[in-house]
Amino acid sequence: MIDKFVPSIEAALDGIGDGATIMVGGFGAVGQPHLLVDALGERGLRHLTIIANNAGGDFGGLPKLIAQGAITKVICSYPRATSKTAFDTLYAEGRIDLELVPQGTLAERIRAAGAGVPAFFTPTAAGTELAAGKEVRTIDGRACVLEYALSADFALIEAWEADRWGNLTYNAAGRNFNPIMATAAGVTIALAHHRRDLGTLAPETIVTPGLFVQRVFIAGGSA
Amino acid sequence: MTALAGWSRRDMADRVAADIPEGWAVNLGIGLPTLIANFVPIEREVMFHSENGILGVGPLPPAGQENPWLINAGKQPITLRPGAAIVGQADSFAIIRGGHLDLCVLGGYQVGANGDLANWSTGRAGEAPAVGGAMDLGAGAKRVWVLMEHAARDGTPRLVERCTYPLTALGTVSRVYTDIAVIDVTPDGFVLREAAPGISIEQIAARMGAPLSPIRD
Repeated sequence: MIDKFVPSIEAALDGIGDGATIMVGGFGAVGQPHLLVDALGERGLRHLTIIANNAGGDFGGLPKLIAQGAITKVICSYPRATSKTAFDTLYAEGRIDLELVPQGTLAERIRAAGAGVPAFFTPTAAGTELAAGKEVRTIDGRACVLEYALSADFALIEAWEADRWGNLTYNAAGRNFNPIMATAAGVTIALAHHRRDLGTLAPETIVTPGLFVQRVFIAGGSA
Repeated sequence: MTALAGWSRRDMADRVAADIPEGWAVNLGIGLPTLIANFVPIEREVMFHSENGILGVGPLPPAGQENPWLINAGKQPITLRPGAAIVGQADSFAIIRGGHLDLCVLGGYQVGANGDLANWSTGRAGEAPAVGGAMDLGAGAKRVWVLMEHAARDGTPRLVERCTYPLTALGTVSRVYTDIAVIDVTPDGFVLREAAPGISIEQIAARMGAPLSPIRD
């Protein structure tokens, strides 16, 4: 029997160690699996690389991880928050690396990793500072930048409903980066809000098929 | 240079809204451009896109009726209009990068007479830069218009021969809406399209860092 439900957050995060590369879903605070990120901050980890669109934001557990010095590098499109954060301080002191990626390129790099596309060319950022040092080729008369696929050891994502196969649905704008991150990580760990019996999710409404998901923790722990 | 009493911020947003026809798919950048949606009546069916995966952004929710799962690119609460659809980030940026948006209206620091846009970084050292979807929008939308104050607070022109701030996208801006003018960016440079009431072309040109051609008939 396939059963991806795990009984505890500890079991959900099992195996995440120092030096891991971790994707965290969400756009702003919406669709970010706050329970999982908060629990990650209890593990005393070091040298993490975090891939999250708003890494450096002022919400959820990432600021705490950054303040702890657990994160060596963030890969994101928008590290800025309305208020000054631990990220700003560490960045100004040169103690955290930032790989700034245009948001569409970030999404496409993640999608490409999940789809087995090792690299692609895009006109986005051609001629700008964010293309510095990258291969540029003229395709159909436009300058295009070579971008590489982006994968991770773990993905922490937030879903709305889940069944024991790991099939997932999402709520409203909570979808954002979650489905693509599920495809691009070695171990995808989903925080879901509702447990559903196998066979009760309409197949055509499932956004992430369970084959992309290794573990599901139900918020409230009713697994 | 004295400031001119041109259009207010609401007037500027209203002025852009008047040029958006029914049926277009439109992305509005964070900040001032977000206001434009308030001036497009719901009966004029425009599909407003938000980069976090929403096509069909509706009016702002009444206070107390915000859905915490529905936000726009600026992380503000929104509603969905009838006909709205939600996709993930890769599909949302396929809409942007695949040339499926009729229009994107962005804020700006500078626009060059060659259509270059600078709107993501002032290049200050020690300050973490943030780009979000600006470069994707600048490179991907069918049309890019910029909505910004005509000059910086100290009077420095923002419509310039060539941008000096870090570029967002090259040769992409086709029109600029400011507090005193609507200006087209053409192969011949800046061309006045409309002056705010009571403002002369001389006054507009005096506040620019590049030549301005008069309105074409």
